[in-house]
Formats: sequence, structure tokens, C-alpha cells
Amino acid sequence: MKHPITPEATYLNRRAFMRAGVVAATAVATGAIYRKFNRVSSGGAQTAQLADLLTPPATGPIAAASESSGFTVNEARTPFDAITHYNNFYEFSTDKEEVAEAAAKFDTSDWRVAIEGRAAKPRTFDLDDLLKISPPEERVYRMRCVEGWSMVIPWAGFSLSKLLERVEPLSGAKYAAFETLVDPKRMPGQRARVLSWPYVEGLRMDEAMHPLTLLASGLYGRALPPQDGAPLRLVVPWKYGFKGIKSIVKISLVETQPKTTWSDFAADEYGFYANVNPQVDHPRWSQATEQRIGESGRRKTLMFNGYAEQVASLYSSMDLRANY
Amino acid sequence: MKDTRFARFVVIVNGAVPLALLCWDAYRHQLGANPVNFAIRTTGMMTLILLPLSLLVTPVKKLTGWNWLFPFRRTLGLYAFFYACCHFTLFFGLDQSFDVSRTIGEMVKRPYLVVGSIGLLCLIPLALTSTKNAIKRLGSKRWQALHRLAYVAAVAGVVHYYMLVKADVRQPIAFAVVVTLLLGFRIVDAVRRRAARESKISAA
Repeated sequence: MKHPITPEATYLNRRAFMRAGVVAATAVATGAIYRKFNRVSSGGAQTAQLADLLTPPATGPIAAASESSGFTVNEARTPFDAITHYNNFYEFSTDKEEVAEAAAKFDTSDWRVAIEGRAAKPRTFDLDDLLKISPPEERVYRMRCVEGWSMVIPWAGFSLSKLLERVEPLSGAKYAAFETLVDPKRMPGQRARVLSWPYVEGLRMDEAMHPLTLLASGLYGRALPPQDGAPLRLVVPWKYGFKGIKSIVKISLVETQPKTTWSDFAADEYGFYANVNPQVDHPRWSQATEQRIGESGRRKTLMFNGYAEQVASLYSSMDLRANY
Repeated sequence: MKDTRFARFVVIVNGAVPLALLCWDAYRHQLGANPVNFAIRTTGMMTLILLPLSLLVTPVKKLTGWNWLFPFRRTLGLYAFFYACCHFTLFFGLDQSFDVSRTIGEMVKRPYLVVGSIGLLCLIPLALTSTKNAIKRLGSKRWQALHRLAYVAAVAGVVHYYMLVKADVRQPIAFAVVVTLLLGFRIVDAVRRRAARESKISAA
């Protein structure tokens, strides 16, 4: 009873089956390609807990003093996972969501920081010695990125002034110039010349000595994760985030205004001062509002990122539109 | 006829896959630290991928003679329009909180938004005239002329992306190269056909 020809019903069934297979296979392939480019981020490795962290109490006179000095801001803290998986750190990747993974194995052992230039006692510190200058304090700062988003970050560290005082700046020290490590083997993003390496930043001396200017070595009570600038970074809360240079290897005290990476890249878009200012727009986008990470909608950006009371006097004689 | 329908169905299913995964990740809170920005960027990226894909159909068909590719063009083009609409709606709704005056103010003031808006506006008449009936009504010649707006939209899309990138222009440049090749093919093809026509006329 064998048919030489496949019955029509069987043929159609088989065809329907094959077609379903084609649809499923192509859809899975498309999905796989989408996933390759849009990976779901994972928790990642945890860094060590900081043993000697000084945390101000939540209430009382010390808490009030901490708030009025700007050391602690009473706003919801951005989750750790967001702070460690949304990073602008071009030395590892220009994709904010890729930095954590690209930096995961960054080796910071035997880290040294050279303090040189116009100082009576210039010196190169081993990281451990440098961190012994002062116990880390918890500082909860707003962080406003020039791209128009912001976070609230509990940093750990001490005022940069404490380090600079150790080397005894001379009267010729008008500016502090900072430099990030250059090592394309450890920082794969440096293989492409997206920016000119090393990343360099600078502050006027009075800005560098301001108590709010923080040399951070930790985050959420733990050692700084690589993607956030391990082992040592700058945090200047009233300036756009790119002023907060990461993975610092050198600080020079100099007489003239130093070159800074972003203003060197596009001087009309990024200035030396880069103070957060809702009235001075970036040439391509507004700076009046910001997207606070974790919130929906946009909130108004504050003058000097909300630190006007502490820092406005530094710029009292300056035209902030010209000196953006 | 039936095979054409099946081929189109495959494209329809595949075009929906990125949207489905985007929604799934959003539902599971896995769009990263800045989900709104992620969704805006991803839908924009999908437009920049689908629009060149729709422009790829004609050259490939001409080079290979694979006529079965033809129905893909409309589906891919409509998907590009669909993702561009999602892109704009997410920007307007979630980033600008449905604030009409602020959105318009931003769109007029920011060159990259002006260029992006031009691209999106170009796609609207194309989507509206994507039916067989519309081709009949307009006539093939006029319809083809109108649908050259797709080239403007593709260029506008790439320029829009290039203008908002801060420093790493590698991706927008890659898209620009692709669009240049696709438009370059059409120019070369048009010049060749004209030359062929003229030599025919002079031969006769």
C-alpha cells in the first residue's frame, strides 16, 4: 500500500512544519544578535570593605554641620549597582554600560602617585602611604555629568588639601595638574585614540584647596571599584563629572593653567572651569535640567550643582558665561 | 504569491524581536542604570539599521536577480518608520514628560534634534503611501520620486547620530559608510543606465 507520491495533506503538514522552523530559527538568530549588543548587566565583583571609614551620624549637630558644609547631601543615594554600571571611563570603553566588565580585571597593585612641581617637598607616594595621610570620610555628593544625567554618590576619601599640604606648595603653585595612568595593556580603551592619552585635568589652586574637593578612594564604604576610577580619583562636586579625573598617577603644581583633555578636544564645548551652570548650555544640548539616575522625568539643575553657598565666592569676579 | 507572503511574515516576526526583547528587559528592570536613555538609543539604533537594510534590497536584487527579496523592502521600511516613531515617542513622553512646548523648544534649538526631526518627517509620507493602491494613485514615476525621500531620511538619521556623540564617532562613521555605499550604488547605476540609453539612441 505504498504511495509513490506523498499525499497532499502530509506534504502541506511537512511544509507548515518547515516554515514554523524557519520562523523560529530566524527569530532566535535575531534575538541572539540583539542580545550580543544589549547584554543584561550583572552584579560584578565586590571590592574590600573600608575598615576605618568615618561616617557622620544621621542626626544631631554633627549631621547638620556636615550638611551645611556640603559634605553630606540629604537626597536619595543612587543605588550601588547603577554607580558601578554606568560609567564614563573612556580608558576602558566609550560605552557606559561596558566599562564595568572591561575594567573588572584592572590591576592596581604597586600603585604610586607622584606629587611634583612647585612644592617644597615633592615626593612619590606608595598608595598605602598616601591613604594613611587621613582616614577616609564618607562624603555624599551630587554628581552631575556634562551629558545631562546625575547621581548622588556616597564617596569615601579625604580633602585633596590634606595631601597638597604635605608637599608644601610654593608661591609659584597657581594650578594643580592631574594625570591618569597610560597603559593600553591594562586600559584597553587607550588602544584607540578617541581622546589623546593620558587623560589630564586641572584645578586652580584655590579650587584644589577647597575642603569639598575630594581625593576619593572608596564608594559605599568599600574600596573604589576599577570602573569608578580605582585606586584614587578626584571628585569636585560643583563641576561637571569629567573634571573628576580617575586612576591618578601624577599631580603637578604649576604656574600656568594646564591643558585639560576635554577642552583640548573641543574648546568651544568644554571649558577649563566646567562649573555646573544651568544658565550656560552646552552648544549642542541644554544644561537647564538633568536626568537623576533612578528617577523618571528630569529635574532642574542647580547653580554650582547645589554647592553655590560653599563655592560661589571663588568665582565672584568672573564672567561665568565666558569662563564656562 | 504564497511564498511572498511567507517571506514577508518572516521579516515581520524578526522585526518585532528587538522590540519584544526591549519590552521584556524593561519589564524585568534590566535596561541598566538609565533605562529611558537606553530605550531611546536602542530604538534609534534599530531605525539606523532597518533603513539601510530597506535600501539594500534594490541593489542586491539588481546584482543577483533575486526578485523574491522585493517584498522585504516595504516591510523593512515600515519597520524603520515604526522604530523611529517609538524613538520620538520615548523622547517626548519619558524624557520630556509629554511637555509639548519644552519639546518643541528643544527641537528647534538643537541642531541634532532638527536634523533628526527632518528624518522622521521624511518617513511619514513614505509610510502613508506604502500600499499598492497608493502606487496606482500616484503613478509609478511620481511614487518613485517621492520615495527618494528615504535617502534624505537615511542621511538625516546618520547625521543626527553623529551630531550627538561626544567623542567616539566610530559607530556613526560606520553607519555613514554604509549609507554612502547604498546611495553611491544608485548614482553609479543611474549614470550607467543613462549612458546605455544614450548609446542606444545614437546607435538607432
